[in-house]
Amino acid sequence: MDYRPGILKVLHAVAGEEINPEPDESLFSSGLLDSFSLPDFVSGLEQEFNVKVPDSDLSARKFDTIEKTEDYLVDKLG
Amino acid sequence: MAFLRGFGSYLPSRVVTNDELAAACEVEPDWILSVSGIRERRYAAEDETVATLGTRAAQDCFARCGITAADLGMIVVSSGSPDRYCPGPAAEIAKALGLTTTPALDVPVASAGSLIALAMAAQFAEAVGPVLVIGSEIMSRRVERTPEGKNTAILFGDGAGAALVDPAQGFARILGHALHTDGSAAEILKMEDRHLHMDGGSVILQASRKIPNAVKALLERFSVTPEQVGTAVMHQANLNLIQRVAKVAGIPMERFPVNIDKYGNTSSASMLIAAAEWHASRGASPLSGHLLFITFGAGLNWGALLAEPV
Repeated sequence: MDYRPGILKVLHAVAGEEINPEPDESLFSSGLLDSFSLPDFVSGLEQEFNVKVPDSDLSARKFDTIEKTEDYLVDKLG
Repeated sequence: MAFLRGFGSYLPSRVVTNDELAAACEVEPDWILSVSGIRERRYAAEDETVATLGTRAAQDCFARCGITAADLGMIVVSSGSPDRYCPGPAAEIAKALGLTTTPALDVPVASAGSLIALAMAAQFAEAVGPVLVIGSEIMSRRVERTPEGKNTAILFGDGAGAALVDPAQGFARILGHALHTDGSAAEILKMEDRHLHMDGGSVILQASRKIPNAVKALLERFSVTPEQVGTAVMHQANLNLIQRVAKVAGIPMERFPVNIDKYGNTSSASMLIAAAEWHASRGASPLSGHLLFITFGAGLNWGALLAEPV
């Protein structure tokens, strides 16, 4: 399954901008996310993909780039 | 039974503005304000210690409550930044207060420590008598005011707060508490080599979920709705986090006393300093609803404590 369109949909909604970062570009360094929009990004992913992100996975590093977010969802959902 | 009788606080006199800190950290003062809600913080003088700050807060609490140290049955001191690990500041504070036999316990937990100490005090009060809870921190000695250390340096300040938990009298009766620990995320917020290390994004991510869940569970346990919470005194870690918790928990933001703009994050002292200022500001007027204390910090430790008007 291609998770990227859904990830970008959530990112655009949280960031308020229709910017598509490079897959390995840090969402924090690029200014698209910060500490306080990250929780919204994660809860948006949970809703978009109907997946529960457990507390043990609540690490900023897991969602730092589009690529890492894709890897996480592949790991969780296959 | 246990009651909240009063609070006290002490803030060092030296004010450190965002302008002063911004220069050392090579950032803009407005950036500090926007990411934290902090305008200035206090730094302890060279001859001040965690114990001397805590003693001043205790004395303020005594004056406000009309008691003396001799009335105490126990002292519980929270600090994540003690000058010495063992014995910790509790024994030193007891000595400074002229006590030589009263038990004085340390809770070396940092930000969540004062809530843990309050919960302990509520359990002990009936057996030992009035329990003095103190949170005292000198965080300025645990951060690096450099461009590399900016993410922690901008946030933290020094200060001490105190609360008196009494088995027989007070303005609010403590109903219960919810304390939680999750050591699996201990690495994201820790004091190591005498310096604070923080993965800020992960801390906010964890706190944004754990705090509202704890608050909701505690309120449900006592059949209290968010609307019935008149005042919610939360650890002053970050204004944005307080606003997020208020929104998710369904408690109006105006019911959260906020002083982080003046003092920054003073770790375990912050909740008690905020409580002392809030309590002093309301004078003799009755509580408008339930009183909630909320905290989160290294450990990870987090939780809430609920009290009702008397």
